[in-house]
Amino acid sequence: MNWTEFFAMNGYGFYVWGSYGVALLVFAVEIAMVRHRRKLALRQLKWMNESGDAQ
Amino acid sequence: MVINWFKYSAPTTFYGLAGRLIPYFAWPAAILFCIGLYIGFFVAPTDAVQSEAYRIMFIHVPASILSMFIYLIMAGYAALGLIFKTRLSAMMASALAPTGALFAFISLWTGALWGKPMWGAWWVWDARLTSELILLFLYLGYIALQASIDDPRRADRASALLALVGSVNVPIIYYSVQWWNTLHQGSTIKFSGTSMHIAMQQSMFTILVACWLYTIAVALARVRSIILEREANTQWVNDLPEVKGVRS
Repeated sequence: MNWTEFFAMNGYGFYVWGSYGVALLVFAVEIAMVRHRRKLALRQLKWMNESGDAQ
Repeated sequence: MVINWFKYSAPTTFYGLAGRLIPYFAWPAAILFCIGLYIGFFVAPTDAVQSEAYRIMFIHVPASILSMFIYLIMAGYAALGLIFKTRLSAMMASALAPTGALFAFISLWTGALWGKPMWGAWWVWDARLTSELILLFLYLGYIALQASIDDPRRADRASALLALVGSVNVPIIYYSVQWWNTLHQGSTIKFSGTSMHIAMQQSMFTILVACWLYTIAVALARVRSIILEREANTQWVNDLPEVKGVRS
């Protein structure tokens, strides 16, 4: 099988790769957002701890 | 052996449990996703009617199924939180909402990219498409409502009501292709069997399982942050090594 043909998807390449590309991008962005949220939560807690706000 | 399940319904113990469980869902999700894509693109044959465009199905169908199931699970957790006032169930409901919204978005996006070459239109106001769009708006409404109320307890109650009322939309999406004359086709896989090629079924099913595992991993990771945010003033959170670390 040749790769040019594979990526062309018989003329439907834009639709097929547009679907999978955006889906994978969405997953990647969500994983990054979840990681970022944890980092923010931990930073906030450490900051509270250092300034002696914790009970 | 008797397991005290209630122990794990407390944020204190669930935080650690969730953290240990995440890799067991995340890695299989990534591996199964690759296997599903491999089968979908290299094993499954070209479709006689739709040529290569049908391959969008392998992500479109699992994303659509997940968008509906996650809503029902989210509404279930919201209801539990409403009835039993358990803190963790409300947190789980809000941890699931963004993932459900993203699957609804993927379903609509891949549907538009499939509709254009097959129907000649990115979008039609048909019952299936419209009710799925309403599902996306319900997720967004849930997230916005929760973010707009400062007191988390009140936010949980208000958004739980929205989640419960909105859950009537899920059977409407599912049965829309039978109840109305829609441009969207009916289910190809029925309880009575299917005419689909075996490799197409394998690809779709593998990606479906991968999406389920992904959802669980992401929801567990997100609920851990929600626990940290909401329990910020408790002793156990401040005793966690990842919180204490910086001081010593």
